Amino acid sequence: MMEAHTDLQADDAGAMLRETADRLLADRLTPQARARSAAGEWPDELWAALDEVGLPAAILPEEAGGFGVPVADALSLLTVAGSHALQLPLADTMLAGLVLARAGIEVPAGPLAVAQGCEARLDPAGRATGHAWGVPWGRHARAVVVLADGPGGPVLVALPQAALTVEPGADIAGDPSDTVRFEAVAAPSAPAPPSAACLRAAGAATRALMIAGALGAVSTMTAGYARERRQFGRAIGQFQAVQQNLAVLAGQAASAAAAAGLAAEAVAAWGPGLLPAVAAAKVRTGEAAGQAAAIAHQVHGAIGFTQEHRLHHYTRRLWAWRDAFGREAEWAQVLGRHLIAAGPDGLWPAITAA
Amino acid sequence: MSQFTFPSPPPSPEAEVLRTEIRAFLATELKDRAPIDRAQSWNGLDPAFSRRLGEQGWLGLTWPKAYGGQERSALERYVLLEELLAAGAPVGAHWIAERQSGPSLLRFGTEAQKAAILPRIAAGECFFCIGMSEPDSGSDLASVRTKAVREGDGWRVNGTKLWTTNATHCHYMILFCRTAPLDREHRHAGTSQFVVDLSLPGITIRPIRNLVGEHHFNEVVFEDVLLPEDALLGREGEGWAQVTGELAYERSGPERFLSSFWLLVELVRALQPVADARTEIALGRLGAQLITLRRMSRSVAGLLQAGADPALEAAMVKDLGALVEQEIPEIARDLVAEGPPTPQSRTFAEVLAYTTLHAPSFSLRGGTREILRGIIARGLGLR
Ligand SMILES: Cc1cc2nc3c(=O)[nH]c(=O)nc-3n(C[C@H](O)[C@H](O)[C@H](O)COP(=O)(O)OP(=O)(O)OC[C@H]3O[C@@H](n4cnc5c(N)ncnc54)[C@H](O)[C@@H]3O)c2cc1C
Repeated sequence: MMEAHTDLQADDAGAMLRETADRLLADRLTPQARARSAAGEWPDELWAALDEVGLPAAILPEEAGGFGVPVADALSLLTVAGSHALQLPLADTMLAGLVLARAGIEVPAGPLAVAQGCEARLDPAGRATGHAWGVPWGRHARAVVVLADGPGGPVLVALPQAALTVEPGADIAGDPSDTVRFEAVAAPSAPAPPSAACLRAAGAATRALMIAGALGAVSTMTAGYARERRQFGRAIGQFQAVQQNLAVLAGQAASAAAAAGLAAEAVAAWGPGLLPAVAAAKVRTGEAAGQAAAIAHQVHGAIGFTQEHRLHHYTRRLWAWRDAFGREAEWAQVLGRHLIAAGPDGLWPAITAA
Repeated sequence: MSQFTFPSPPPSPEAEVLRTEIRAFLATELKDRAPIDRAQSWNGLDPAFSRRLGEQGWLGLTWPKAYGGQERSALERYVLLEELLAAGAPVGAHWIAERQSGPSLLRFGTEAQKAAILPRIAAGECFFCIGMSEPDSGSDLASVRTKAVREGDGWRVNGTKLWTTNATHCHYMILFCRTAPLDREHRHAGTSQFVVDLSLPGITIRPIRNLVGEHHFNEVVFEDVLLPEDALLGREGEGWAQVTGELAYERSGPERFLSSFWLLVELVRALQPVADARTEIALGRLGAQLITLRRMSRSVAGLLQAGADPALEAAMVKDLGALVEQEIPEIARDLVAEGPPTPQSRTFAEVLAYTTLHAPSFSLRGGTREILRGIIARGLGLR
């Protein structure tokens, strides 16, 4: 009875958060806001609005400024972010907050990032030197989280913005993906970090969730367009060839959503099942992203290939997110190696454990 | 509706306990079962094995105790099914009876029908086949021509059913046929379902060999077969609604993505002790599909448990599942080079051949790929 009650509350908290996020993004992520952000401007007001309703902090434990939402529920916010093709580092801030809080490092306020790759070392005096690349929204991040080689092994380091030299870059969607350099920077660090693989997996999980959200929206949008657009005297959705493609698109969206749910639960559990589960999720969502984007563009015709149409906000991010924190091949290899190592007798148990 | 939701499968600790029991049971039961037999998946047929499952209380797990069931959850039943399939257990004899005929009887049957038949299915002693397809009615099921005409206290049936899997091993068929002439405006009206005792006079079953030469499916001819009044299942004229109600059970289970699983096991065996990157990647992609499908299928089990009708979700699981089942042999042959014959390479080759040869049926049986996608498109509001 007690248990059922808590579950219900957790469910409510997750659903309420998602609704809040959905309404806020629907209102505030206007074409103008998108255009400004695409031009390189940091949309301060929009970020402040997200912050005000507590989205970036939702994943943190209460001690670290969160409000006790279960991690899997907080992560489900990212499907909402994806369903709006959000061009802000909500995922990255949540991810950095989660790993910093878990490592016992104070979580800085404001947007944060976890580097997708880095070469860094920490000297015995606790100063970090090196560079990190693929830092999402790095130029705007108050702190960038990296794994550095310390005197006694890997350490998690939160590099403060002021100490970083940023070389701007962009991912395929045009969103910032920067390189940062740092030289003898004194920064908070923790000696017992997640392994590099676990950190990357957590990053991959955030992208899997956003892909799932985006695919839901793309499927809805594309089916809707097919019901409206008329050619040869009828809605194009009445042509069987188009219907079959849309069914495939819906199937890919549903499959991606299931895979993303798996990833969220694995990150919440943070146990030995993390890598295989996230690997499966990143592979599946990445494949789905490619197939679905292709169908969505096919069904939309030329109008979907214009800057004016909103489809590209989604498809370009699908292509960006499937690359981020490891492409399908990288994670497929992780999972494949795990399954082959399980051997013929261990294969099925390895699948049911993921 | 234009999005399909597969809610997170609810956690089921009981199911995990059951999983351990089943694995232990199967480890002894199947210890001598050869790979090529395991590869048959749910085509494998062994009535004695079905009876032993019945003795364990593992058939009709979710049914009321009054009818021989255990009143356990759909999620526990899901675990039972996937463990049986993943081990390559010979479940074919009881599969259809347990999966869809029993649940149909539970939903639509009279008290007498339920009391007479369900406990026997649960005991693994009574097997069913599906009498839907006909020579001129495949995907277009509503066009069936087999008809039952009222006569005295019962019905007279004439017509031909085709592709009836395992008819020669079964005690009953659930027959879908016309009980009123076709009305072109209302094609789905005027159909009914019957529980047909296959030993009745006038029924002739002829084996049909598949492309491998095996006998699984049959032609079942009805010539003036007299059915008693109480053979009617559910309501006269409601056949279409009833038969489509079965489909969520028929389409969502783990048999819709595990038909080729034993080949994957043999593939992993053939790849020991280490594989190159290309191979690991290919295997990882398949693993990701299976892991995701498991979650979707468990989600549907959760929906069934909650009393929902996840027919669309089931169509989606089956469509995606068949793709993976058909991809497995194509990828397996690509990853293992043919070398000099050894006992091990022979086993792999045999299992690969078996699975390759059966793969075309995966996207036909239970509703073709095109039909499933049409159903999904309807769910998207396109038709
Ligand atoms: C191994 C196996 C076991 C079976 N067991 C049983 C059983 O036990 N009981 C039973 O009743 N049946 C059984 N079937 C039959 C099965 O249900 C049918 O094969 C299936 O419904 C398709 O019918 P069909 O074979 O007549 O093909 P058709 O319906 O003739 O279809 C041929 C092709 O045309 C396509 N097509 C048809 N209509 C459309 C459309 N509207 N739009 C687009 N494409 C279309 C199909 O997708 C397919 O590709 C079994 C089949 C197999 C292969």
